[in-house]
Amino acid sequence: MSEVTYLEGIRQALFEEMERDPNVFCLGEDIGAYGGAFKVTEGLQAKFGASRVIDTPISEIAIVGAAAGAAHMGMRPVCEMQFMDFVSNAYDMLTNYVATARYRIGLGCPMVVRGPSGGYVRGGPFHSQNPEAAFFHTPGLKIVSPASAADAKGLMKAAIRDDDCVLFFEHKYLYRRIKEEMPAGDHVVQIGKARTAREGTDVSIITYSATLWKALEAAEIMQAEDGVSVEVIDLRTLLPLDDAAIVGTVRKTNRVLIVHEDTRTGGIAGEITARINETCFEWLDAPVLRVTAADVPLPYSPPLEDYVLPQTSDIVRALRRIVAY
Amino acid sequence: MTLTREQKLELYYFMRLTRSLEERLVNLYRQTKVIGGLFRSLGQEADAVGAAYALDKSKGDILSPLIRNLGAMLVRGAEPTEVIKQYMAKGDSPTKGKELNIHFGGIERGFVGQISHLGDMVPVMAGVTLAAKMRGEDRVGLVFVGDGATSTGAFHEGINFAAVQRCPLVVIVENNGYAYSTPVAKQTAARSFVDKAIGYGIPGEQADGNDVLAVYDVTRRAVDRARRGEGVTLIELITYRRKGHAEHDNQSYIPEGEIDRWAAENDPIDRFVKVLRAENVKASELTAIDDRVRTEIDTATDVADASPMPEPVEALRGVYANQANVPPLWFREDVSSAVDSHERASGWGTYDV
Ligand SMILES: Cc1ncc(C[n+]2csc(CCOP(=O)(O)OP(=O)(O)O)c2C)c(N)n1
Repeated sequence: MSEVTYLEGIRQALFEEMERDPNVFCLGEDIGAYGGAFKVTEGLQAKFGASRVIDTPISEIAIVGAAAGAAHMGMRPVCEMQFMDFVSNAYDMLTNYVATARYRIGLGCPMVVRGPSGGYVRGGPFHSQNPEAAFFHTPGLKIVSPASAADAKGLMKAAIRDDDCVLFFEHKYLYRRIKEEMPAGDHVVQIGKARTAREGTDVSIITYSATLWKALEAAEIMQAEDGVSVEVIDLRTLLPLDDAAIVGTVRKTNRVLIVHEDTRTGGIAGEITARINETCFEWLDAPVLRVTAADVPLPYSPPLEDYVLPQTSDIVRALRRIVAY
Repeated sequence: MTLTREQKLELYYFMRLTRSLEERLVNLYRQTKVIGGLFRSLGQEADAVGAAYALDKSKGDILSPLIRNLGAMLVRGAEPTEVIKQYMAKGDSPTKGKELNIHFGGIERGFVGQISHLGDMVPVMAGVTLAAKMRGEDRVGLVFVGDGATSTGAFHEGINFAAVQRCPLVVIVENNGYAYSTPVAKQTAARSFVDKAIGYGIPGEQADGNDVLAVYDVTRRAVDRARRGEGVTLIELITYRRKGHAEHDNQSYIPEGEIDRWAAENDPIDRFVKVLRAENVKASELTAIDDRVRTEIDTATDVADASPMPEPVEALRGVYANQANVPPLWFREDVSSAVDSHERASGWGTYDV
């Protein structure tokens, strides 16, 4: 078995699902002959034809709205946002139409909206966003944000098979940096289930996507330098949150740090903190702390981007504070 | 409306400056001194320069460029040093390292920095020109969009609103054949972009975007119309993007020979040189301009290269008019000194938990 990148994991999922189910089709900007800005859809049009791998005009509202309509008809559309930053254009369609259609009139929207999110790549304010929290507040949507190559593939397959709309936040920093052995066969990862990425006993980090790797680094440092055993939980799915996994790790270590790349105020860490407070207060030996991006638009210049986004050293500092409490 | 000899030489200067500055940026990109992507306007210099030249600085006219309108920025007074500093993410760049490439500039400078989201600047410029109209100011606005950007909802809503309000706005659709890899035929089923003007109830004109004088003329007519209170004009400029979407794009989707044909037969600078020569401009006059451009770019490069990168804490400044609303980042050791004390007067309280 050979190692496969995070990006290749997603590509394999698209290929396999299109092969498995003729209702699956892809639509987005430059995804056909060009294979997408990041080449996630490379080779897809050659294999499945231009009627199933559709190059669209620059019209995010039309992409998402048309996908919803086709989904009502029994199709399984997979929409690409060239960058997840541009999903903001389709915010109305997603939150007002797609998220409510089943609840209001019984029309499901089995569709996926996927694309590259995230920073650490010097992309500037409009090619680095983590817009998950903007949708986290909307009942009717699901949000998935994988950190590993196997999860990227397995969760993409699950997202395509899901009977609701799944927003699939790929991290562009991980696309070609993360590689791993891909499980053989039809590798599907259940949506809504977190994963323990590292077992530990003294303190827990709850995180997802690119910051998982920084959390794991920080855990190594804590073990080596402080002799502290850190458990790391990779949420994988943000909506719905895996409450059992969150409660489980808090009750195990009694100390918790939440880390995410998105900005702080109104971020997902706030919700997790509230849930821990409601369900595990008596198990806590220290306040729940957050390491997140600063509440600013993401700046472009390297020293600024490094400063705004969570770094391993920030996580280490936070862990030391929690442990010393 | 006919341009003087000096003005024509100025047009030549700006086109040459645009091309040479981008060539210098390519060098810097290869030396990895450019942070992020590099977007060229090779072959499109005439449309950006000619259109911007039709605006009147003394009247406070304002334009909003797209990524490929470096030439328009230069005409409006952007300095090569600023552009290079932006691309190098320097701390004393116009945006202090917060924004990239030509996303900079404000109303007072005569150009409004764009965002990446295509089409969004059309409604913004509708508002800019609406305000000018409400205040009885004799100002005209101009906004560039690509053929691809016309497919966005923002483009449609913005131009429609400006049209019904009869805003003094010129909307230029730069039809350069491709939006990233997508050819125009996959972008619109309309015969031409100028046809869309009918749907908005505004005049539309089409022109050869690689003929700088034709671009100037058509834009000048629209600017004059706007200044007379006759509202929005849609202009389609036919041109061609000879480079990829950005430097990394290998243009594999372009039919064999197409780029070479445009380069050989329809280069806007070569074409304009022929016009100037026919009007008895001496080759030595043009060479003198080329030399001046080279010197300016050399100086600009040296200045930009020697500039410092931003201080990290600059990242926290400038979000609000009153900075105090950046909440505490207790996990940053240096954050207590991040924000000047007078900026900390109110807001989230302590920064050094
Ligand atoms: C709303 C939105 N969707 C997608 C993108 C990604 N994107 C950046 S440039 C581009 C192509 C632009 O083509 P066009 O408007 O024709 O301008 P050109 O690059 O040809 O000058 C795309 C799709 C974007 N910037 N904004």
